[in-house]
Amino acid sequence: MAALLGYIERSSPIHQLSGLTKLICFLLWSFAAMLTYDTRVLVFLLFFSIIVFRISKIKWQEVSFVIILILIFLLINNIAIYLFSPQEGVKIYGTNHVLLELAGRYDLTLEQLFYQMNITLKYLAIIPVALLFLVTTDPSELAASLNKIGISYRLSYSITLALRYIPDIQREFHLISKAQQARGVDLSKNEKLWRRLKNAAAIILPLVMSSLDKIETISNAMELRGFGKHKRRTWYSFRPLKKKDYIALLIMIAIFSAAMAITFYDGSRFYNPFL
Amino acid sequence: MKKPVIEFQNFSFQYYSQAEPTLKNINLTIYEGEKVLICGPSGSGKSTIGHCINGLIPHSYKGEISGSLNIMGKDASTLNIFERSKMVGTVLQDTDGQFIALTVGEDIAFSLENDCIPQEDMFEIVQDVARLVDMDHYLKQSVHHLSGGQMQRVAVAGVLVNDVEILLFDEPLASLDPATGQHVVGLIDRLQKEMKKTVIIIEHRLEDVLTHPVDRIIVVDHGEIIADMDPHQLLASNLLSKVGIREPLYIKVAKYAGCRITKEMQPGHIDTFHVDACKKPLLQWFRETTLSGPVKTNEPILELKNISFQYENGAFSLKDVSLSFQNGEMVSIIGKNGAGKSTLSKLICGFERPNSGKIYYAGNDVTADTIAERSKRVGMVLQNPNHMISKHMIFDEVAFGLELRGVPEKERTERVLETLKICGLYPFRNWPISALSYGQKKRVTIASILALEPEVIILDEPTAGQDLRHYTEIMEFLVSLNKKGKTILMVTHDMHLMLEYTPRAIVINDGRVIADDKAVNILYDADLIKKANLKETSLYTLAERLGIPEPTEFVARFIAQDKEEKKKWLHY
Repeated sequence: MAALLGYIERSSPIHQLSGLTKLICFLLWSFAAMLTYDTRVLVFLLFFSIIVFRISKIKWQEVSFVIILILIFLLINNIAIYLFSPQEGVKIYGTNHVLLELAGRYDLTLEQLFYQMNITLKYLAIIPVALLFLVTTDPSELAASLNKIGISYRLSYSITLALRYIPDIQREFHLISKAQQARGVDLSKNEKLWRRLKNAAAIILPLVMSSLDKIETISNAMELRGFGKHKRRTWYSFRPLKKKDYIALLIMIAIFSAAMAITFYDGSRFYNPFL
Repeated sequence: MKKPVIEFQNFSFQYYSQAEPTLKNINLTIYEGEKVLICGPSGSGKSTIGHCINGLIPHSYKGEISGSLNIMGKDASTLNIFERSKMVGTVLQDTDGQFIALTVGEDIAFSLENDCIPQEDMFEIVQDVARLVDMDHYLKQSVHHLSGGQMQRVAVAGVLVNDVEILLFDEPLASLDPATGQHVVGLIDRLQKEMKKTVIIIEHRLEDVLTHPVDRIIVVDHGEIIADMDPHQLLASNLLSKVGIREPLYIKVAKYAGCRITKEMQPGHIDTFHVDACKKPLLQWFRETTLSGPVKTNEPILELKNISFQYENGAFSLKDVSLSFQNGEMVSIIGKNGAGKSTLSKLICGFERPNSGKIYYAGNDVTADTIAERSKRVGMVLQNPNHMISKHMIFDEVAFGLELRGVPEKERTERVLETLKICGLYPFRNWPISALSYGQKKRVTIASILALEPEVIILDEPTAGQDLRHYTEIMEFLVSLNKKGKTILMVTHDMHLMLEYTPRAIVINDGRVIADDKAVNILYDADLIKKANLKETSLYTLAERLGIPEPTEFVARFIAQDKEEKKKWLHY
């Protein structure tokens, strides 16, 4: 069964970085990729993110399920952009190279293709880094890191608890779904869609009920041990920044600054090859 | 005069959601350094007493309180849950569910983090406390890779970091295998002696707790304290059987033999028990009790041949397992946590497919069947009924499987009503499931499987967390199904269940079958007991002390008589 976004323990330079470093790098990276439409910058970010992914020793199979989900979403997104705004590229780049004449305003232009390619590149440049951040950061360290950048510790802890329970919930889902299939619940294509949805409810409901039980147990256990007593708390598993963290942060700041400089030096966020 | 640390005075409590008070006029004092066991059947209010002490009442569970409760000389109503956590350390029943952090060290430190202790100091304190429970070499280990006993150790360390005065254990044995349960009871005993803590244990598995002496036993029933006495005195009385708590077996057999147990006979522990006074009647009882003939066997209904199963990561869960079950048998599958018992049951009912080997049903190869096909023959009842229930009404839940199979409505209704009658749920057929007790819910899940008319039913821990009355109800119900010809397999930790209800038992260890024998023989094999984390029953010890040459026979006769007595009690 494919695991979803759980922490994957391994010994790699990326794993050894402090959660705080990874969080800051991830945020800067995302800002850079979101702000720029400069193809050169995006290609560089994509290329670099793949290198970092290789360094982390995380295997493709371990995240392929999530990546495929995101790619499907990306495809839908691209189709939607074309449907609602087929001439966006022409508007941005100011030229109009028609490749294929289609009905009304749906003429396929080189500019539109280039624009949508840039959007796709943005996603592709963020996905590996976002995934890496989630699967290489020990959830308990993640809470400490979120708290260090100013998010309240209650919220930080809730986020990490949710992430931590993903494998548990998956296991439970598996068991419940098998038990319900044994009673005749069919989730395959043999059933009509409406029945399939109804059948899915037969699995979701027990899952929700048992999760609620779990939440009650864990929140009692936490309060009995003083969670929420003070306005702040300390963290046993916080990893203080070391030399490699500072190096990583410097590299990230350099990348971010360079990306911003290249993006904005001519006053436009778009790199225009058509002029 | 010892210093009282907990004092309930005319204390009553009623949950807002309940019509009746759960605790009625409780008067109870617990002194510094004492070790007290609070026992009582399900719903007696024993856990509520625990909640009142640790502050979950009124912090998380609201209700009406009257009377007074003092903890360490302070009025509890002025102490919030955090202040109480400095005085009372609570170890919850659900070992797995109570872990907050991921690693041993971090979990032990949780309470320190909330007190804003600097990181360097935490490392030191955690190290020291972990050493107390022998877990200092596991600090970096993930809590989910620990054994049940280690989990309890970590949970205990997590409350010891607060240097609490009182340790409160809420059903600490509920999810542990028998041998691990013994280790935990030993650990509690050591902590109380070495660290001079006050210990309160809430548990209904009396005999298991009493393997180490306690100072007092408090018996709670219907929200009232009906006994507050030392173990010898309590066991000499008939109070336990009255409220439905299983008496230690050596006491019970002596009572069957007609012995009068007195406090002076020191019945609190099998080793202190003056057996000589009972020797004559016991030996006579042994001679006079007869056993019904052996169970007849007929054709095999289910056969496993050379089954192996591997996890995705390549580790073996089952290796070359071959077993055969006769039609109409009732069998226990036992072994320590993680031995492969659950995998075995999942393979039998088709939840998982074996990597190699064949499964035959009534002589036909069914290895390649889908789950749906397999479920027509083999039904699986999961341990947690909440994992199976997906409807609001009892009738609908039991009808669900039939509906999905397209059974016409008229036949469906008939079959559901018939099943509900068999399960004793007919009067509740139009009730919402949420109104049922845990034991009744379990029954609904059994009914929902039974309605599909499988010939073989597998139950995972059918009686976990049930008190004696519910346990007996569920088991007698399964026996009645068995008499109707159903083959029943049970995965269990409960040695008594195995002895009492299943003539045959299979022991799994490290993915292999290491024993397949009469249940009474298995618990007499010291080597097997050690390997599979089982625990021998006190009846064997008693038989040996009496000098009976065939102890297994002694146990078998006891079980036979005990079952008869319990049936009477159920009908009464």
